[in-house]
Parts: sequence; structure tokens; C-alpha cells
Amino acid sequence: MKENDKSAGRRLERIDRGIHARSEDIFALNSWREMLYLLGPRVIPVVALVILGLVAPLYWQRVLVSTAMFALLAISWDMLASTGMVSLGQALFFGVGAYVSGILNHYYGLPPWLTIPLAAVIGSVICTIMLLPVLRLRGIYFAMVTLVLPLMLERIIEATKIFGGTEGISGLGQLPSVDVEFIVAMVAVWAALFGFRRLMNSDYGLVLKGIKDNDRSVMSGSINIYLYKAQALLIAGSIASLAGAFMTHAYMFVGIPVFALDYSIIPIAAAAVGGVGTLAGSLLGAFILVPLNELLRGLGGLRSVIYAVLLVVFTVGLPEGIFHFLQRKYCQFERWVEVS
Amino acid sequence: MITMTIVYGFINSAILVVAALGFNITFGISGVANFAHGALYIAAGFLTYLCLTELHFPYWIAAPAAVIITGALAAVIYRVVLLRVRGLVVSEVIATFAIGLAILELFRFLGFVGFEFTLPVFVDASVPLGNTLVDAQRLLVVASGIVLTVFLWLFTHYTKTGLAFRGIAQDERTALTLGINADRVAALSMAFGGAYAAVAALVILPLGTIAVNEGYDVMINSLAVCIMGGLGSTGGLIAASFLIGYGQIITATYLGTHWTMIVSLVAILIILIVKPSGLFGHQKELEERT
Repeated sequence: MKENDKSAGRRLERIDRGIHARSEDIFALNSWREMLYLLGPRVIPVVALVILGLVAPLYWQRVLVSTAMFALLAISWDMLASTGMVSLGQALFFGVGAYVSGILNHYYGLPPWLTIPLAAVIGSVICTIMLLPVLRLRGIYFAMVTLVLPLMLERIIEATKIFGGTEGISGLGQLPSVDVEFIVAMVAVWAALFGFRRLMNSDYGLVLKGIKDNDRSVMSGSINIYLYKAQALLIAGSIASLAGAFMTHAYMFVGIPVFALDYSIIPIAAAAVGGVGTLAGSLLGAFILVPLNELLRGLGGLRSVIYAVLLVVFTVGLPEGIFHFLQRKYCQFERWVEVS
Repeated sequence: MITMTIVYGFINSAILVVAALGFNITFGISGVANFAHGALYIAAGFLTYLCLTELHFPYWIAAPAAVIITGALAAVIYRVVLLRVRGLVVSEVIATFAIGLAILELFRFLGFVGFEFTLPVFVDASVPLGNTLVDAQRLLVVASGIVLTVFLWLFTHYTKTGLAFRGIAQDERTALTLGINADRVAALSMAFGGAYAAVAALVILPLGTIAVNEGYDVMINSLAVCIMGGLGSTGGLIAASFLIGYGQIITATYLGTHWTMIVSLVAILIILIVKPSGLFGHQKELEERT
């Protein structure tokens, strides 16, 4: 749009780079070039990250693990947002998942490889049940409920002193080694990303996107949108709870910090920076922001400020996000044409 | 015990009204849920503190200066950030939330943490009410609550700007056809909300210390009473303040202070589940649920 104003009489034309006989997910590829064109952006990041993670020093390996967990939270946020449920409290799913795995491990003595998947399921079921009464709400009202719930759980645990109260539960079981942690985290992230992308492109995902665009018209198609919303919460919540459970065992500790604002704001920031609605954008955002966060560790409290400012700059300045921008540059070529 | 509960419940309710008015004005007029409200409140407190201790201004200069600066800051936030995402509710929420976070965490980073950050009380005296002793500052909060509400009512009913406020609150496009510059009025409403937050800070903060975390609590309390009363409805705001204000004091006396914050949070949840448009918010009833 802006280019238009600057150069009167010309406009920027964008044309898709052609691939033969293309449909949603069937490609008729007839050259290595085209195969590379499609596979490159998918395979290269996966391979590069795995190699990077295995050769990186211990500290940065841990950073990558927590980055992956924030990426999961961001993907989960993005999926909820594409269903029309904007959450200001991903910490709810994260915290409940973390507590469930901590409790299963501490009080029932289950090993981490069992508690993490169990917590993913149980945590998201608990959160979905908590959010069932507010599924009718849309937009800002839903957002406010999600903002309030983690704060409330935090205060309740503080006031009733259950599950260790403010002290939390420490000395939990851990995964065998950082390498294993890293591999598990990577598998979880990429499985979530590609799985959810496929899901959102299927007919089922179309209904979810439809609920965001116009819930009334979806209802008029005799589809029970509340059922779909609950399912979306369950699906998206499970990976956020998984992230919480995973971090519990990585830190060998669970306490009220798991409901902290960080776990709500960083996923949103990641999605805003990377680009909302693509899932891959959220992942990209998380992999930019969280390591950056580590680099800025020396700045102490200023980090939150920088984060918040970045969030504002991206929401206002580049609302489409980095991923949309890159995708446009990669999939289309641009040229100026004369307009009479 | 009973009289104390009644008196302090009343005062607590007045505090909630004063703190939430600014948030309510901005939302009622421009539809912008200003999640930076708590941050503006705290910023005004620190501004006054700085004016008094660092610049050695007399109080009667420092206080109006803080109010004006906070109002201007709010208007700048609207002009620079919110204008660009106007109408995209979620972006508005994210942007104001992030701005609030930035302001509060900046103060925390700059070392504004501790018990030495206080504002002077206006009158250092206490008044016996029945058999409980109440300090004058608390009564002043009640008085200022009444003054601020009456002023707001007069302003929105008898001045041109105030009528323009109500105009764009009812229908922005129709207001536009009548020659009201909606963007300017919305920016003004934001400034008004900021100034009200600053006034609230001047009256309420002398009761305790200026703490960064207070910003989040003020935000949650304001949100609670505004949602409960119906966003944008001043009568609802006052009614809800009394419900929550007494609720908080009663839980604090009979259950312990740990539980006071939970009252607001539970109130938000219950009202959002039962009647999302709030007790008195009829205007936007249709938009909220499907």
C-alpha cells in the first residue's frame, strides 16, 4: 500500500512463484529444483536446529530446551487465537500441567516419562473444564477470564497452602540427560508444529477458523461451535500442559512461579513478532525472543521492559509478523507495473 | 467490630470507585480497555514523589503537574500506539497491556522499590466515627470519590467536550457526521482517564507506600468493578465497588488478608459466567455473547 503512494502511476504487482499442478497438499513435482523449493524451508530449520542443539554447550542446550517449551506455548496460543479464543493466560495451561506432573511424581511416585504425557492430558482436561462456562464469551471478555484464572489459582495456592504453598514441591524426578531432554523437546515441537498445521488445513481446521471469522454463520451451518471450541481448547491446551510438565522435570521443581505472567506474555509476544495465524510464525518468534532473552540476562529487570516494548512495536509496526513477511518474499516475486 | 467493618467497608468501596473511574471513563467513551491504567496510576504516584523530593516543588505545584503529565502521557499513548490499532480489540488489549508492563517494570528496574516511597497525607488527623477512629485521609478519599463522580457527571452533561464524549460512546459514525473528530475525542477521553488515575493516586497512595506491584492489583480491582458493574456504566461501577469493597473487607476480617485479592478475581469470574455485560451494562449486551 505504502509503495503506491510514493510512486504515482505505478503499482507493485505480486505474483506467486508457480509450481505445476498444485493443490492443497498434493504436488506434481518434476524437478529437483521444485522439490528443494518446497522442502528447503521445512527440512533445513529442523536439521539445523537438531545439529545446533547437539553441538551447543550445556548452558545453551538448556536454553534451547526452554525455547522449545515456549515455542509449544506460542503454538498453542496461536491455535487458540485462530479459533477465535484470544488467551491472555497461557500460564493457566502451563501451570496446571506443571502442577499435575509435579503431584503425580511427588505424591504417587510415577516416573517422568509417565507423568509428562499424563499431565499433558489431565492438565488440558482440567483447564478445559475450568473454561467450559466461558466458552460463550468472545474477544476481550474471554481474554479477561484467561488473564484472571492463573492469578486466581496462584493466590488460592498461596492462601490455602496446598501442594507446598509458596514453597512449592522440590526434588522431583528428572530426565536422564540434557541430550535426551533436548531430543524429546525437539520431537515435541516439530510434531506439534507440523501436526497442528495439517490439522488447521483439514476440514476440521476450517471449521475452527470459521468460528474465528464468523461464529454465527458456522452456527447456522448447524455446527455446534461450543463443542468445537472445547475440542480446540483440549488440543491446544495439551501441548501447553506438556510444556509445563516438561519444565517441571527439567527444573525438578514446581511452585507458584509457574503461573507467572511470563508464561502468558512471552507466547503472545512470540506470536506477535513471528506472525499470528501461521503456527510456524509463533515458533519462529519464540526462537528469536527466548534466546534474545538469555543474551539480555545481564540487564536484569530491564528485560521485561524490552520485551513489552518489542511487543508494542510489532503489534503496531509490523502487524503481519516476520513469518508472513518472509513467506511473501519466498513464495511471490514482485515487480512494478505501469498503471494508466 | 461491626461498626469497624461497616466504616472500613465503605472506605474501601470508595477507594475502589476512585481507582476505577479513570479506567471506566476511557472504556465507556472510546471503547479502549486501557490495561495500562494501573501503570499510569503508579507512574503518577512516582512522578509526584520525584517532584516533591528531587525537585523540591511545593505540593500544590507537584500534584497538578503529575495529573497533567499523566494525562498527556495517556494521550500520547493513544496518538502514537492505539490510533494505529483502533478497532482491533485484541491488538488494543495486547498493546496497552504491554505498555503498562513496560512502565511498571521500568520503575522496578530503576530501583523504585522500598518503603521510603510515600506521598504526604493532606491532613494528619483522625476522626472518631461511632467507636472507631478513622484518619482524615480515608474520609478525604470518600469525599473525593463523591466530587470526582459529580464532576464527571456535570462534565459529560453540560460541556461541549463532555457531550462529544457521550456522542462517540453512543455511535462513532453518527458523531462523525455531526462534526465531532472521533480520534481527537477518543484521545481526550484517554487523557481524561489518565488524569483520573493520577488524581486517584494522589488521594489513595498516602494511605500506604507506592509499590510497583500495587499497579497490577489496582488494575485487577478496577477491571473487577468495571466488569461487574457493566463496562462503561458509572452507576454500575459504584454499585459493584460497594459489593466488592464490602466483600473484601468482610473476607479480610473473617478469613484473613490472603483472601482479599481472590474476592475480586472470583467476582470477575462469576459475573463473566452469569452475565458478561455486567449488572447495569445494557448497551453492549448483544455484542458479548453468541
